Amino acid sequence: MHDVRSTDPEGEAFQTEVQPRVHYLNATHGIAAWLLTKDHKRIGLLYLFAISVFFLIGGVFAMLVRLELLTPEGDLLSSEAYNTAFSMHGIIMVFFFLVPSIPAVFGNFFLPIMIGAKDVAFPKLNLMSWYIAMIAGFMILTTLLMGGVDTGWTFYPPYSTTGSTSNVVLAALAIFVMGFSSILTGLNFIVTVHTMRAPGMTWGRLPLFVWAQYATSLIMVLGTPVLAITLGLVFAERVFHFGIFDPKLGGDPILFQHLFWFYSHPAVYIMILPGMGVISELVAAFSRKQVFGYNFIAASSLAIAIVGFLVWGHHLFTSGQSAYAALVFSVLSFIVAIPSAIKVFNWTATLYRGSISLQSPMLYALGFIGLFTIGGLTGLFLAALGLDLHMQDTYFVIAHFHYIMVGGTLLAYLGALHYWWPKITGRLYTEGWAKVAAVTVFVGFNLTFFPQFLVGYLGMPRRYHAYVPEFQVLNVLSTAGASILAIGFILPACYLLHSLFKGEIAGRNPWGAYGLEWDTTTPPPPSNFEVTPIVTRPAYAYTHADVVEPYGGTTEGSGESGGQEVRSV
Amino acid sequence: MLGMWVFLLTEVLFFGGLFMAYILYRGWYTEAFHEASRHLSVGWGFFNTLVLIASSLTMALAVRAGQTTNRRGQLLFLTLTIVLGTAFLGVKVIEYADKFTHHLVPGAHFAFTPSALAPGAELFFSLYFAMTGLHALHMIIGAGIMLVMLYMAWRGRFSTEWYTPLEISGLYWHFVDIVWIFLFPLLYLIGGLSVFGGGAGH
Ligand code: HEM
Ligand SMILES: [Cu+2]
Repeated sequence: MHDVRSTDPEGEAFQTEVQPRVHYLNATHGIAAWLLTKDHKRIGLLYLFAISVFFLIGGVFAMLVRLELLTPEGDLLSSEAYNTAFSMHGIIMVFFFLVPSIPAVFGNFFLPIMIGAKDVAFPKLNLMSWYIAMIAGFMILTTLLMGGVDTGWTFYPPYSTTGSTSNVVLAALAIFVMGFSSILTGLNFIVTVHTMRAPGMTWGRLPLFVWAQYATSLIMVLGTPVLAITLGLVFAERVFHFGIFDPKLGGDPILFQHLFWFYSHPAVYIMILPGMGVISELVAAFSRKQVFGYNFIAASSLAIAIVGFLVWGHHLFTSGQSAYAALVFSVLSFIVAIPSAIKVFNWTATLYRGSISLQSPMLYALGFIGLFTIGGLTGLFLAALGLDLHMQDTYFVIAHFHYIMVGGTLLAYLGALHYWWPKITGRLYTEGWAKVAAVTVFVGFNLTFFPQFLVGYLGMPRRYHAYVPEFQVLNVLSTAGASILAIGFILPACYLLHSLFKGEIAGRNPWGAYGLEWDTTTPPPPSNFEVTPIVTRPAYAYTHADVVEPYGGTTEGSGESGGQEVRSV
Repeated sequence: MLGMWVFLLTEVLFFGGLFMAYILYRGWYTEAFHEASRHLSVGWGFFNTLVLIASSLTMALAVRAGQTTNRRGQLLFLTLTIVLGTAFLGVKVIEYADKFTHHLVPGAHFAFTPSALAPGAELFFSLYFAMTGLHALHMIIGAGIMLVMLYMAWRGRFSTEWYTPLEISGLYWHFVDIVWIFLFPLLYLIGGLSVFGGGAGH
C-alpha cells in the first residue's frame, strides 16, 4: 500500500548492513549503560524521551485550558485553577519542551555527525547537562504535585513575589537549574564547532543546521545567565525579603520585566533558530537544490542572535517605559524582522523550480514556512506601537506566539523527527500515515489558533477563565481545532513506535540527501564514522543528476554516497 | 580552554544582571546608598582585596610551577591559594555576623537611621548580600576546585606537557578575583571612607 522500499544508493553497503553490525544502539546493553553513556547520540535520545514526557504534561494542561474556554462561564475550573493551568502549561511548554527540544535532541545527535566529529567536545559535561535538566524537571513536577504556580510563565512580580499560595520559589529554582543545562549544552556546541570539525569542513561548508545551532548556542550562553540571576532575585525576595522588585520595599517591578525580557526575547530565538536550521536542511533535501543564498542564511542566523538582544523593550510598551525608549525598541523590533525575512525569501527561492517531493518532512517544512510567515507578520503588527496598545494581553498575542512557537518550532521539530528518524532508529515508518498526520496537524493548528486572532482583535483578554458570550463561537472552533491537533500528535507517537518493531530496515540514505550524517552507516557506529571523513565539497552539493525519488526508487546518477565525498585517512 | 572562556562570558552576564539592578537603584536612592555604604567596613574590605590580589599571585605562580613541572612549587602555591581564599571567606563571615547584630540584614528586623533613608538602605543591603553572597559562593567553589588541583598535583599529574586543568582553574580563580575588584569600590567606597567603622555607626 505504501510504496516504501528502503533503497540505498550504494547497493553493496546495503548488503553488508543486513548482517549484525555494531552500532550505537547495540554497542552496549542495559539501563546503566544508557544512564551513564557519554555518547552524544544516546544522550540525544535520553533528551527525546524526557522532552516527550514534558510535552505530554504541557499538552494536558493546554487541553484543560481549552475545555474551560468552551463555554463563556467559568464552569470547569475555578479562576485559581485556571490560572494554575495556563501557568503550568506555559512554563512546561516553554522551558521544559521548546527551549531544549531541537538543540538537545537533534543538535546533540546530529551536530557532531554533521561536522564529521566523533563526539561533542565535552562528553561528560554533555551527560551532566542531561542530569541537570532531569533535576530541574523533577523540581517542576514536584511544584506541580504541590499545587503548581499561578503567576503565568513570565513570573511577573508582584504575582510572583507576594501572594503565598503559589510555589513560586521551587518553580523559579527549577527554571534556574534548567538554565544551567542549556548553558552547558550551548557551551559544548560552541567549542565543538570551533575545534572538532573534520578535515575540509570549513566554516563555509557547515550545514545550515549547524550554523543555526551555533547562533542559538551563543544566545543560550549570553542570555540564560541573566534569566538565572533574575529568578535568583525573585527567590531571594521571597525567602530573604530582599526588596529588589517589590515597590513596598522600595523596589521596582519594571526592573524585573527588563531583566526577564532581556533573556526571554532572545529566548524566542533560542526556540525558533534551531527550527530555521532544520527547515534549511529539509528544503534543500526535498527540492534537490543547493540552498539559495547559503551565506545570507548563515549570516542571518548570527544577525538574529545579535539584534535579538536589543529588542526586549517591545514587551514593555504598556509598562511605563519612556516614550523614547518605546520608539527605539519599536524600530529595532522591525529591524530584527529583516534577517527572518531573508531566510523566508531564500527558502522560497530554493523551492522555486526545484524538483520538489512532498514527503512527510517536507510537508512540515512547508507548513513551517507558511505559519512562521503569518506569525512573523502579526509580530510586526504588535511591534507597531499604536496597535500594540490595543492588542496587548489579548488573544491576538496568544495566537501570534503560538504561530511562531507551535506553527514554527514545533512543526520544525516534527519535521526533524521524521527526516532523521530512519537514521536514528534504523527503521522506516509508514510514510502514508506520516502524511496523514502532517496534514492533521496543519489543519488542527490553524483551526485552533486562527480564531484566536479574530477573538483577540475583537478584544477578548487572555488569562481569564470566563468571557462574554459573543466570543463563544470562535472559542468553540478553537477548542475543536485543539482536539484535531491532539490527534495529529498522537498519530506520530503510534506509527513511530510501531516502526521500531515492525518498520522496514532503513538503508544508509533513504532520502538520497546530502550531508555527512547520510554518509555514515545506519544507525551510526558508536564513534559516528568507520573512517574519518574528509570533506571536499560544499554543503548541499545537489546537481540535476541527483534527482532521486526519496524513500523510493533511485534514478541513475544519484550521488555515490549521496553526500560529501568520503575518503579514508 | 575555549570552553572556560565561554563559561566566563556567561558568568559576566550572570553578575551583569545584578550590576544592572545596582546601577538603577543607586541612581534612584543615591543618598541612601551612600549612607548605607558607610555601614560597611572599608578596613575589612580593603584587607580582603589585598588577600585576593595575593591569592591571584600565588595562583599564577602555581600555574607557572605546573608549566615547569615543579611539583613542590605546585603544592606550595596551591596550598597558599587555598589558605588565602579561606581567609577571605573567614573575614566575610565576620562581616556578615556584624550585619546581623546591627540589624542590617533585609527583612523584618531591618532597622536603619535615619529612617527616611531606610527603604533605599534596605535595597542596598539586599544587593550587598546578593552580590557578595554570590561572589562568596564562587570562592567556595573555587576553593573546592583548588583542592582537586592540589590532589592532582600531589599525584604528580601536571607537567610541561600537560597542565591544562591547572591553567583553566587559574583562569576561573582570576575571574572571581576580578569580580571582587569591581564589588569593593561599588559597595564599600561610595560613601567615603570610614576605616573599620563597620556597622557600629549608630
Ligand atoms: C496543543 C496545542 C496547544 C493549545 C491548544 C494551547 C492553548 C493555549 C491557550 C488557550 C493559552 C491561553 C491561556 C490564557 O492566557 O488564558 C495558551 C497559553 C500559552 N501557551 Fe499554549 N497551547 C498549545 C500548545 C502550546 C505549545 C506547544 C506551546 C509551547 C511553546 C505553548 C505555549 C503557551 C504559552 C507560553 C502560553 C502563555 C501562558 C501564559 O499566559 O502564562 N502552547 N495556550
Ligand atoms: Cu520579544
